[in-house]
Amino acid sequence: MSDYNFAYLDEQTKRMIRRAILKGLAVPGYQVPFASREMPMPYGWGTGGVQVSAATLTPDDTLKVIDQGADDTTNAVSIRKFFERTAGVATTEETTKASVIQTRHRIPEAELTEDQILVYQVPIPEPLRFLEPRETETRKMHSLEEYGLMHVKLYEDISQHGDIATSYAYPVKVEDRYVMDPSPIPKFDNPKLEMAAIQLFGAGREQRIYAVPPYTRVVSLDFEDYPFEATKADHPCDLCNSEDSYLDEVILDDAGSRMFVCSDTDYCRARRAEGHVGRLGETEGEAA
Amino acid sequence: MSSQTGDQEMTPLLQVNALTKMYGPRIGCKDVSFDLYPGEVMGIVGESGSGKSTLLNAMAGHHPPDRGEVVFDTRADGPVDTLKMSEPERRMLGRTDWAFVHQHARDGLRMSVSAGGNIGERLMAVGGRHYGEIRTQAADWLGRVEISDSRIDDRPSAFSGGMQQRLQIARNLVTGPRLVFMDEPTGGLDVSVQARLLDLLRSLVREMGLSAIIVTHDLAVVRLLADRLMVMKDGHVVESGLTDQVLDDPQHAYTQLLVSSVLQV
Amino acid sequence: MIELENVSKSFTLHNQGSAVIPVMERVNLAVAAGECVGLVGASGAGKSTLMRVIYGNYLAASGRVMVGDLDVAQAEPRQIIALRRDTLGYVSQFLRVVPRVAALDVVAEPLLAVGTPIEAARDKAASLLAELNIPERLWSLSPTTFSGGEQQRVNIARGFAYDYPALLLDEPTASLDAKNRATVLRLIEGAKARGAAIIGIFHDEAARDQVCDSFIDVSAFSPQVAA
Repeated sequence: MSDYNFAYLDEQTKRMIRRAILKGLAVPGYQVPFASREMPMPYGWGTGGVQVSAATLTPDDTLKVIDQGADDTTNAVSIRKFFERTAGVATTEETTKASVIQTRHRIPEAELTEDQILVYQVPIPEPLRFLEPRETETRKMHSLEEYGLMHVKLYEDISQHGDIATSYAYPVKVEDRYVMDPSPIPKFDNPKLEMAAIQLFGAGREQRIYAVPPYTRVVSLDFEDYPFEATKADHPCDLCNSEDSYLDEVILDDAGSRMFVCSDTDYCRARRAEGHVGRLGETEGEAA
Repeated sequence: MSSQTGDQEMTPLLQVNALTKMYGPRIGCKDVSFDLYPGEVMGIVGESGSGKSTLLNAMAGHHPPDRGEVVFDTRADGPVDTLKMSEPERRMLGRTDWAFVHQHARDGLRMSVSAGGNIGERLMAVGGRHYGEIRTQAADWLGRVEISDSRIDDRPSAFSGGMQQRLQIARNLVTGPRLVFMDEPTGGLDVSVQARLLDLLRSLVREMGLSAIIVTHDLAVVRLLADRLMVMKDGHVVESGLTDQVLDDPQHAYTQLLVSSVLQV
Repeated sequence: MIELENVSKSFTLHNQGSAVIPVMERVNLAVAAGECVGLVGASGAGKSTLMRVIYGNYLAASGRVMVGDLDVAQAEPRQIIALRRDTLGYVSQFLRVVPRVAALDVVAEPLLAVGTPIEAARDKAASLLAELNIPERLWSLSPTTFSGGEQQRVNIARGFAYDYPALLLDEPTASLDAKNRATVLRLIEGAKARGAAIIGIFHDEAARDQVCDSFIDVSAFSPQVAA
């Protein structure tokens, strides 16, 4: 154990954040302002997600941290170590074994359960920000449910590109009321936003928390004649042969040869452990 | 008075009662009252400082007045004092039954959104969710305001002043409002452009059976567009009545001065 | 149809030392359906003024100006507008030209205002313009470029497009040649025959003798000079 309070934040701060979380759960998709604290990592490195996780963790929890689906990037590793040190909680890379999962820009492929909490790191919480820079106006639009402008953005996309061009951070309507930015997850992940787990969203620099309770209606915005499509590349994973997971494209050499692998590393590993093999893969047991 | 032609059954579309807006000790507009019936076009004329823009903005709900009522005959609930409406209700009114044409098109348009998007916004704001239909309606309205529909994807920043103003009108009228407020709609436009715009407004008002309240300092505009006229000076209405009667047989000293000051070409 | 009771009219010029110019007083007259009354009197005696008071263009200082059931002197603007649309027509001396509107549509307008379908309205307008010898090539042009006489004939055509129950005609035959004058008089007689009440000002004595059933000399309404 360390000299830090459990999970770094003092108890009063955690209470304040929990109040914000409860408010967010009570009004799904509504951005709750909170007094974001100074954290030992800079803005833009997940301070919002870390504060939400810190307020949510109990000593019995098992924590998983992923960044773009991977457990082993710098970001994921350092946040996981941060909580190991300040909270002493068990950590894991296996999605099915975690009770709290903090994520940057992806939803795990494995279906989450009612016993799990997913914490998202959010850069810009306001979905209307790029159309309407004034905070006073966007607050009014949310409170009056005036979302015409959101559809104007989609209209402009179609008129300029022939289709809705947004490929990540695709705006959604939560419980038929609030329009929400689901954080920069690929639009492929949007259908998963209707899930059994609790979803919490933290933006540290912008000082907002929002939430989606289990089994909440989350609909991606679209037009009747241009319906939302959760597209993905039409390749299977080259390692585990999965056809339904979101893939990263990896350039292998200077000649430009490439491979497509699951962005969710744990999912890929689990499939290979079950014996699935892709074009370039070996089963888990054979990897060095 | 109204018993003569037996139309006391017709409810006024808008009833303004004792509308007053002060700026500290200065009078913006004082005790303005009138009834506007469906299909009527009312002109409000006056020189700078007369209070006409203050009055228009107070009626349209942009600046809350100090006293008075602005009762609008809503479709759902009959006559309602719009000043007492909740903000969501008033903003909804502003997107459906009411329209406001600003003097500067830039104040009434989104300059970074395409012409089609500008016109379609009101449709989307009241629930339009079919891209093809929205686009068709936008193209139709561009035609009605004499803008080539090949410009549907162009931004208003690429349009001339007259085109921007016509786009603003299309954007406002696409949801078929019943009452249109206009603030110097031809202000700042070249004379030939003005003529075209006025003619367009005239035919749209008639085709759509619109009621309108038009603020202007230009008597030629009211002669052409308005059925009735209110003349304002220093925040008060000094004369009102039938447009051609007020212009041809002015009773009040100020009106006489105003009318006689207009240069004939 | 048209009845004036004790009507008076004066102008007060506030910006010229509040000079009061009385024009007429104690005006009483009545015009029945199918009757044509001619206003006569010296120039400046108030003939056009009286006509404008009846039309609502000038405000009567006192008295009742009844057209049908409406007292024009007391009516609301929308009532007068409805009256002018459905009941009372006015052919003034000058055509007020609206730029960009074709002559055909200028003439068709009164019919469109009462709901006539556009094809029928234009057909009627075309026949009137033809009767008044306006060449067809001019029909699609705005009257802004027409000669004075042509503008006046467009004005007259507009006045007769719709069958008004009451008509005010201010110098309808002025600046017309014999042929067109005859056409206008024929139109007036047609209106009388269908029951319109007409008040007209004609400088042309032959014309007014032909169509008018009686005359009123407006000098009779001149204010008494103070003793």
